[in-house]
Amino acid sequence: MKKSVLFGAMTVAGVAAGVASAGTLDDVKARGKLNCGVTTGLVGFAAPDANGEWEGFDVGVCRAVAAAVLGDATAVEFVPTTGKTRFTALASGEIDVLARNTTWTFSRDVDLKFEFVGVNYYDGQGFMVPKELGVSSAKELDGATVCIQTGTTTELNLADFFRSNNMSYEPVPIETNAEAQQQYLAGACDVYTTDASGLASTRATFETPADHVLLPEIVSKEPLGPLVRHGDSEWGDVVRWTLNALITAEELGVSSANIADMSAAAGDNPEINRLLGTEGTLGEMLGLEADWAKKAIMAGGNYAELFEKNIGETTPIGLARGLNAQWTDGGLLYSPPFR
Amino acid sequence: MSTITDPPQGPFKVSMLFNDTRYRSLTFQAIALVLLIVAFAYLASNLMSNLAAAGLNISYDFLSNPSGYDINQRLIEYDSQSSHMRAAWVGIINTLLVAFLACITATVFGVLAGVLRLSNNWLVSKLMAFYVEIFRNIPVLIWIIIIFTIMTAVMPGARSYLGEDPEADLLFGYFAFTNRGVYAPAPIWGPGSGVVVGVFIASLIGIFAYRKYAQHLLYSTGKLLPVGWPSLALLIVPSVLAYFIMGQPIGLDAPDPLANRFNLRGGIQIGAPLIALWFALSIYTGAFIAENVRAGIQAVSKGQTEAASALGLRPGRVMNLVVLPQALRVIIPPLVSQYLNITKNSSLAIAVGYADITATLGGITLNQTGRAIECVLLLMLFYLIISLSISTVMNIYNNAVKLKER
Amino acid sequence: MSDTHAHSVAFVRETEIPASPPPAAETGVVKWLRANLFATWANSLLTIVAIYVIYLILAGTLPWIANGIWNAGSLGECREILSGKVGACFAVLTERWPQLIYGFKYPTSEYWRPTLAFFLMLVALAPVLFFDLPRKLLIFTALFPFIAYWLIWGGTILTPILALAGFVGGFFVYQKFVKDSFALGAGGGALVALIIWVVGGWLIPDTANENAMLLAVPSRDLGGFMLNMMLGLTCVSLSIPLGIVLALGRQSHMPLIKGISVVFIEFIRGVPLITLLFVASVMLAYFFPPESTVDLFLRVVIMITMFSAAYIAEVIRGGLAALPKGQYEAADSLGLDYAQAMRLIILPQALKISIPGIVNIAVGLFKDTTLVSVISMFDILGMIRGPILASTEWNGVYWELLGFACVCFFITCYGISQYSQWLERRLATDHR
Repeated sequence: MKKSVLFGAMTVAGVAAGVASAGTLDDVKARGKLNCGVTTGLVGFAAPDANGEWEGFDVGVCRAVAAAVLGDATAVEFVPTTGKTRFTALASGEIDVLARNTTWTFSRDVDLKFEFVGVNYYDGQGFMVPKELGVSSAKELDGATVCIQTGTTTELNLADFFRSNNMSYEPVPIETNAEAQQQYLAGACDVYTTDASGLASTRATFETPADHVLLPEIVSKEPLGPLVRHGDSEWGDVVRWTLNALITAEELGVSSANIADMSAAAGDNPEINRLLGTEGTLGEMLGLEADWAKKAIMAGGNYAELFEKNIGETTPIGLARGLNAQWTDGGLLYSPPFR
Repeated sequence: MSTITDPPQGPFKVSMLFNDTRYRSLTFQAIALVLLIVAFAYLASNLMSNLAAAGLNISYDFLSNPSGYDINQRLIEYDSQSSHMRAAWVGIINTLLVAFLACITATVFGVLAGVLRLSNNWLVSKLMAFYVEIFRNIPVLIWIIIIFTIMTAVMPGARSYLGEDPEADLLFGYFAFTNRGVYAPAPIWGPGSGVVVGVFIASLIGIFAYRKYAQHLLYSTGKLLPVGWPSLALLIVPSVLAYFIMGQPIGLDAPDPLANRFNLRGGIQIGAPLIALWFALSIYTGAFIAENVRAGIQAVSKGQTEAASALGLRPGRVMNLVVLPQALRVIIPPLVSQYLNITKNSSLAIAVGYADITATLGGITLNQTGRAIECVLLLMLFYLIISLSISTVMNIYNNAVKLKER
Repeated sequence: MSDTHAHSVAFVRETEIPASPPPAAETGVVKWLRANLFATWANSLLTIVAIYVIYLILAGTLPWIANGIWNAGSLGECREILSGKVGACFAVLTERWPQLIYGFKYPTSEYWRPTLAFFLMLVALAPVLFFDLPRKLLIFTALFPFIAYWLIWGGTILTPILALAGFVGGFFVYQKFVKDSFALGAGGGALVALIIWVVGGWLIPDTANENAMLLAVPSRDLGGFMLNMMLGLTCVSLSIPLGIVLALGRQSHMPLIKGISVVFIEFIRGVPLITLLFVASVMLAYFFPPESTVDLFLRVVIMITMFSAAYIAEVIRGGLAALPKGQYEAADSLGLDYAQAMRLIILPQALKISIPGIVNIAVGLFKDTTLVSVISMFDILGMIRGPILASTEWNGVYWELLGFACVCFFITCYGISQYSQWLERRLATDHR
């Protein structure tokens, strides 16, 4: 990281920051902080709590990356982004990684020149309706008024779904989740549609969640994952393998509870040893310390722990693992081997 | 004392560039030009290298791609297969629609409040002062959100109008007021309806001609013809006669509570976001216009009113013939700039989900395509064109009504 | 006289009778009522309508406020306590007021710093707003931006000192050369200030913030009503000099200078603030050098400053146009050059006329700072629409929060506009 001549004084004042184009990994190390783009507030995924601490599932990924790179899970600057600002923030170098339940699509990957490093949540767009309407399938929604939270792929999926089923609808695009919810509860729209996880988290905050049903149809594939700038493969590798480390850790039964024991000395399972750095030089290859994965896992636990703590069935959001179970349990989580 | 001569024509010195009035303005302009070019070159080179680093380019090709999203409130044909360009047009028309509606109602609110604030009635004038201060001192964005929230919370849901035995009945069988918007009947133009419309337009022209004639008569002979009742009669009677003679060709398509289980179908729907934005902009700007109107009326000196009364004019005519024409000259310039403000503030539609140009081109299209620079530039271009056209018209008007000083 | 007529008149009153009270309908409350509320039947009708409107407003709000709950942990608890009664849940305010004022990220232990800066701001503004106060206080006003910067952002004290040093150095150079030529003075001053900043920026180590006396707070962590106040105050103060330059530029006889000013002013005034904020949030980042990024706060300040400068320029242009032509001619006849004439004769008078207009722009701008909530900054409205309404405890508490925001803005803006009216009256008497 270097101070440019023009911005020297401003850098000192703290309103400008230098970004060397050499590599994001070196920048982050030099800065001592990871700049991580998150949503402006979606309970369960990324939202500030009453004390202003960010918490949630996406936040957990950020913290794991920070722990892997810097050894400190708190060395993260969370940059709230909207649907509009998120891509510019990443492209211009304001943030190092965007973990803002962003759907991995072809055009974002190719045309907008970003690199999705993996999927941390397999989602799909669903519908919520009041129980009293007696709707049991999304195919019965002809003529309904639909509240949409703008800024995601939701609008496109919705248009496609209704068009392909030859139905009409009235879209009501709403900027924030809280306002969409208010419209929905007041009956200004019949249906609220967004990612199924978002619906569950929204319903959890209702006064009487039982009065509302989630329809069985999931009308789209929404693989949500962290993304980085195109062309910086080293940094992309770091984020990708940090995410994979969390997933593999669950698969191998490594959790924040037993990791201290497991990493104390090389054990019987060679893959665990390689993951935790007691064997091999995987960390060095990434340009990180040998125990990078251990730190990442200790930051908030493995994938299962992050899931259970933030969005799992014991939380108000109450999501089942579903597609997001390990491949061994019939889910889609399948981390490449650490070898 | 020597005669006045030209400054000494000494050899040219560099300092003369700054000190000699012949060269100084050229020097400054040259410096400014160089600075401007350097600044633009700097910004452009930054832009180029940033875009190159991100592997992006500036391209407007996305405008012809299918937009993929639907828009609720629209005045022209549009569906999710239409292009982004078409979506932008829908937005432009929606912006103009809400701005136009809000300008009219804001003027009505403003004039009413401005006149009432000068009323002799203590309570009314205080109430109006309260209205003006409350609305002027709280941001319009908060008002838009508040009014949208009130609409959502207070109005009945659309479902209460639905079914065989609804909780709420349609007003006159034609109008429904719900928190999704207002449903009103749409006219159905049968054969022969052209005649009715033609008669109606003809009677409008007739009213105009009659008023001109009455005014002419008043100014040339002093004879006063009644204006109000004849105008009203002329407006209604011929059209109604034509309507019945042609065999009632215009029907009404009322909202149908039975067609759909979710919504009323048929008729015209005016969406809640439009109504909320329209009302919020009108009532907010109305507070500013009220102050302009008050200032305009107070700017007409009391002597004018007294002189008019001394001539024997009734109070209504004093207002119409003496005070208003003079007050308008003071009121109109700030009024037009309030209209400009309404147009610009309509961009806050984004807070209530009304599909104006900021919400379509600068919102969903920008989100979906990620073409931030292109979208924002087009957005600014649109508003610039609107503002410049309004101010051009305004300048022409100003020159026309300028006090001809002799 | 009594002698001659005493026999013919039965009684002659010799003292004046005390004046009888006027008829009941012509005094006190009744008269006031008749004159002001029930003068004509139309007036009476208006009064009744007005009373009904007031009744509706009060009936809607008073019970709601009176039954308000100030102590609860969440909306659910509020509803339980109210048990069906109509009432507000002000508990959200008691619970979350620091977030509404300071934003959710500002360190709790450092709340005293912005608060202190706020009170210092009142002191610093006093000599600007009230001309009767001793002029010496203006020195504190000049120092205030640096103190406030240090208090709010914290970090090393070297930063504000460096900034101050740049200004002081520039000022001395300006003083030295201004007698010869204003252009030389201003140009030299700016150059010296720039040199001091660039060199100083190099000299201060990157790590200076780490063990500073005050904890460094990144500008991303600022929020709440504090952010509105900061944006409003910073942008208005920065835009006044820029506005003066633009206004003079627009009046200039040099076609290029005039052209630049006109294009700038008309462009900015022609587009809504929100599009300029979009520029700040999604476009401006591309215009800075590739090896650096600039804080969103600074980008927003740049755009809002440009926005308000264009409007202030128009107000000042009005002030310049309102000055009698004799003032310009008098300055010329004294042999003053352009810079001197403007500095010593024209601008002081033009600015004085423009003050009420500038205050109006300032109020409008302050209200418009709420728009930053649209571009993911957490000002007071952003806090309400974002973190607070999204939280599980307070989901659905609209009126209390929006009402609080209304009260905050109303107090500030109404205060400023009352000041403006007072000033207008005061300036008006000066002219007589």
